[in-house]
Amino acid sequence: MFVINCPYCGERDQSEFSCGGEAHIVRPKQPTELSDDEWAEYLFMRKNIKGVQFERWNHAHGCRKWFNMVRDTSNDKIHAVYKMGEKPPVI
Amino acid sequence: MTKYRINKTRFVDQTKTVSFTFDGKKYHGFEGDTLASALLSNGIHLIGRSFKYHRPRGIMSCGSEEPNAICQINDNTDLTEPNVRATEIELYEGLKASSQNCWPSLNFDIGGINNLISPFIPAGFYYKTFMWPKSFWKKIYEPLIRLSAGLGKSPTQPDPDIYDHKHEHCDVLVIGGGISGIISAKIAAKNNLKTILIEDKNILGGSTIYQNNKNFIIDNQKSNEWLMNEISELEKLDNLIIKTRTSLAAFHSYNYLLAKENISDHLPIDKKNGSIRQRLWKIRADKVIVAAGAIERPLIFNNNDRPGIILANSVKKYLDFYGVSTGLNNIIFTNNDSAYETAVSLFEKGISVKIVDIRKKSSSNIVKNAEDQGIKIYWNSTVVNTFGYKKIKSIEIMNLSEDGSNVTGNKHKIQCDCLSISGGWTPMVHMHTQSGGKLDFREIDQVFVPTEKSENHINVGSCNGDFELEEIVKNTNNKVKKFLNINEGGFDKISVLCSKESEKKNIWLLPNTISESKTKSFIDFQNDSTAKDIKLALREGFKSIEHVKRYTTTGMATDQGKLSNMHALGIIADTAGVKMGTLGTTTFRPPFTPLTFGAIVGRSVGKFFDIVRKTSIHEWHVQNNAKFENVGQWKRPWYYPINNENLHEAVQRESKAARDSAGILDASTLGKIDIQGSDASEFLNRVYTNAWSKLGIGKCRYGLMLNEDGMVYDDGVTTRLGENHYLMTTTTGGAANVLSKLEDYLQTEWPELDVYLTSVTDHYSTASICGPNSKKILKKLFPNKDFSDEAFPHMSYQDAMIDKIECRIMRISFTGELSYEINVESKYGKSLWENCIVAGEEYKITPYGTETMHLLRAEKGFIIVGQDTDGTMTPIDLQMDWIVSKKKYDFIGKRSLYRSDTMREDRKQLVGLLTDDPNEILEEGAQIVSELDKKPVEMIGHVTSSYFSPNLNKSIALAVVKGGKKMNGQKLIVPMENKNINVTVSDFIFLDKENKRINA
Ligand SMILES: [Zn+2]
Repeated sequence: MFVINCPYCGERDQSEFSCGGEAHIVRPKQPTELSDDEWAEYLFMRKNIKGVQFERWNHAHGCRKWFNMVRDTSNDKIHAVYKMGEKPPVI
Repeated sequence: MTKYRINKTRFVDQTKTVSFTFDGKKYHGFEGDTLASALLSNGIHLIGRSFKYHRPRGIMSCGSEEPNAICQINDNTDLTEPNVRATEIELYEGLKASSQNCWPSLNFDIGGINNLISPFIPAGFYYKTFMWPKSFWKKIYEPLIRLSAGLGKSPTQPDPDIYDHKHEHCDVLVIGGGISGIISAKIAAKNNLKTILIEDKNILGGSTIYQNNKNFIIDNQKSNEWLMNEISELEKLDNLIIKTRTSLAAFHSYNYLLAKENISDHLPIDKKNGSIRQRLWKIRADKVIVAAGAIERPLIFNNNDRPGIILANSVKKYLDFYGVSTGLNNIIFTNNDSAYETAVSLFEKGISVKIVDIRKKSSSNIVKNAEDQGIKIYWNSTVVNTFGYKKIKSIEIMNLSEDGSNVTGNKHKIQCDCLSISGGWTPMVHMHTQSGGKLDFREIDQVFVPTEKSENHINVGSCNGDFELEEIVKNTNNKVKKFLNINEGGFDKISVLCSKESEKKNIWLLPNTISESKTKSFIDFQNDSTAKDIKLALREGFKSIEHVKRYTTTGMATDQGKLSNMHALGIIADTAGVKMGTLGTTTFRPPFTPLTFGAIVGRSVGKFFDIVRKTSIHEWHVQNNAKFENVGQWKRPWYYPINNENLHEAVQRESKAARDSAGILDASTLGKIDIQGSDASEFLNRVYTNAWSKLGIGKCRYGLMLNEDGMVYDDGVTTRLGENHYLMTTTTGGAANVLSKLEDYLQTEWPELDVYLTSVTDHYSTASICGPNSKKILKKLFPNKDFSDEAFPHMSYQDAMIDKIECRIMRISFTGELSYEINVESKYGKSLWENCIVAGEEYKITPYGTETMHLLRAEKGFIIVGQDTDGTMTPIDLQMDWIVSKKKYDFIGKRSLYRSDTMREDRKQLVGLLTDDPNEILEEGAQIVSELDKKPVEMIGHVTSSYFSPNLNKSIALAVVKGGKKMNGQKLIVPMENKNINVTVSDFIFLDKENKRINA
């Protein structure tokens, strides 16, 4: 069980958070102009990396804010947390 | 004193007698005893029968590694507990213990016949044997396996004990109260760090506390005396919490640890009453120091499992800690120096002892000490057999060949009543690996030791592979100083003298003259797996340690292979001719020792198991005989039986009343989200499939919400309260998820929108009145209000007052009837409801529950998300094309509606079904087929909702059927277990297709 440093509340137990999967997948602005394959790429395709992964997390039982997190899935080390809209750090 | 209680110690109070029973017979022990030490003091070694061969088994150790001495405690009571290790349970007055795994009795056991036929029960026996004939399974094999499977008996009554959970935070957590743990805790606490020290035994000190030997001296004192002083100093430290009887269960990432404290297990039954039995500590520690110690290894030789064969250090603990001799004529069989401490201790108390050592010599101080005292040592020898059925009587030894791979010379028989064995020590690396740490294999003494990588935990003492007293003390001091960034350790100038081991030799499977197939060299004592089984698994092609483990069940018993895993690995490595370090180990999973379910669950039992949500009108429902249904965490009235009506009868009456006169439903549980902000209309445009910008203030609209994949997610009516203010309703079960989804889009995709969401589900209570007389009832409730269709049309909302209570009235309908929903602040909910009941009395207003609501909406063909949909239905599949805006550029899920897959015409689509026999009611979930002759029969759909409609006087059903849209009038079949039901596809709106009733 990790300790996650919510960018709004500070360090809290993992049980207060929920994970929202891969980060930085932007919803297409003009979905109707995409082919089936392009839309499917956005809709279904997600990475599942053993190693450093960029993830969306939500402080569900706290401030309810979404934010991004860089986590190494092989050892659960959290390299960075940053707010939505901020540039991802270089890891 | 009994014959075997030969020593007085400070740990057992021999003035305080404690009586207990074992297998119904009464015995005495003393305060401070464990069940095992008390039994041994009475000369009892035979405790149980082994799992597979039912061989007699005795106490083998003195701790949590015990494989044999497991008992049923307090049998035939609601406090009974199986698989309790006799070596761990502290003796208390009135304790009742009994042996397990034997029938009809411990001394005469019929299962023992398995021992005689054991050549026929090799590894994988069950996998290989019970394969055929198939017909034997149900009547012969399964009952046979069930009869012999399992250890002990489960209690049949609910657990009467109280269990607790507690969260704790600290700077330093020290696991293990032996010498290295005590040194660590003292350094940490003396340096102003909030420290917790946990120890699974009832007192601190580990094995050093009874190390009463002149070869082990710390600061000019015997090591046990020195440690005793340290402990009394430790107890004076302010910022140190010492938790004894507390064992670590799990070590998770980020230093999150679970520890179980036994609070009243050791108390007599009459003193336990009312107190908490066990507490699970959830500890978040900044730094963790693991000082978990090591476990002594057995030696693997033929018939190494007889009662009276005990680990050497355990023999020493029984003697020097509990004052009990495990035998009066001892032999020690060892491959290392540590067992010599046991020999010297026995000798000094005048007990006969001889030593068999597989090494050729050893010149350490402790060995010299034994030789000087004249203890007979058989060097370069091994035990090849043991004798004695219920207790060891004698052994046979032989010389080892030069390289140790064989035996030579003649067999030599020696009498004994106890055989102490020592195969060296295994560091307890479980905690380290549970936390994600890795291991290195150390060739010289064949142990896995932790690889230090973590910044947040270290291992000290023998769990780190430091076995000699001097290195334990000095390394612990230095490592802890560095780990905690401290300059003065407090043990920097300590002087330690100790015997040092000069010769090391290890043979995983000791050689014998007889062929392996005829020996019983046990590796896993509890699961009865032998060296032969492991070799068979290898011959049959298993290579991975994880596979060999599962095939032979080695290490899979309640002791989790604490004694067996290393030998299994060693024998695999030797047989396969590979280096042991390359094999890796099996995974060490939590918990370290079994946890009770009570400790895991804590206080979350009974009414605390889950949250129960009740509406403010709940009490009225209870008083009016409602039967309740769980909807998520909500209790919703299901139906209101009168005069012993069953569900069907009550629902028929309620449904009829709602359509003929008036019905009232508690709709408070529907999810409600308050939406405000200048972009609220735009936001709704994006999350619903239909258009919202032009909805007038004071109007209501039904909305369908999709997932991005185009599948229906939720639905509900949203009301425009003001220019920038909406009230959205969701399904009861979907409320929390809908709010989360909306927040997600607002925060991550459309942060530029000016919209604010507030969950107000609990803020309002809702009474929904429907039926042709509903308008008359509303007029009585709100005499000043104009309820004409012109002033208050369908799908609109108005504010109103009952006395001083503000009400929001929505004219919306989920039943197809003329219908009003009155919302008030929750605290007025019950009062509003009672007003409605009084006002409706003259129209026989009938309260109805969820079942009637479901029936009424099904008559109208309204879907329930989650019942008629399952996450694979698009609005097009539901024939709800009318609600999908063609004009809007985008909304959540829109693009997916044009994917080739979602546009397939043979997707499952919503239809109505009418049974050919109007009295036949279909089962919800039943499968639908179009023909039965073509095999395999193709399932083309299933029934989603089914009722007998009293208003139509026939059975109706909703279903999803492949290509159903174009099947109107077609005959289909619903095959059931005993019959095939013929049905016809119909329109799914069964009643009032023209929508006349909402304006009735
Ligand atoms: Zn937060």
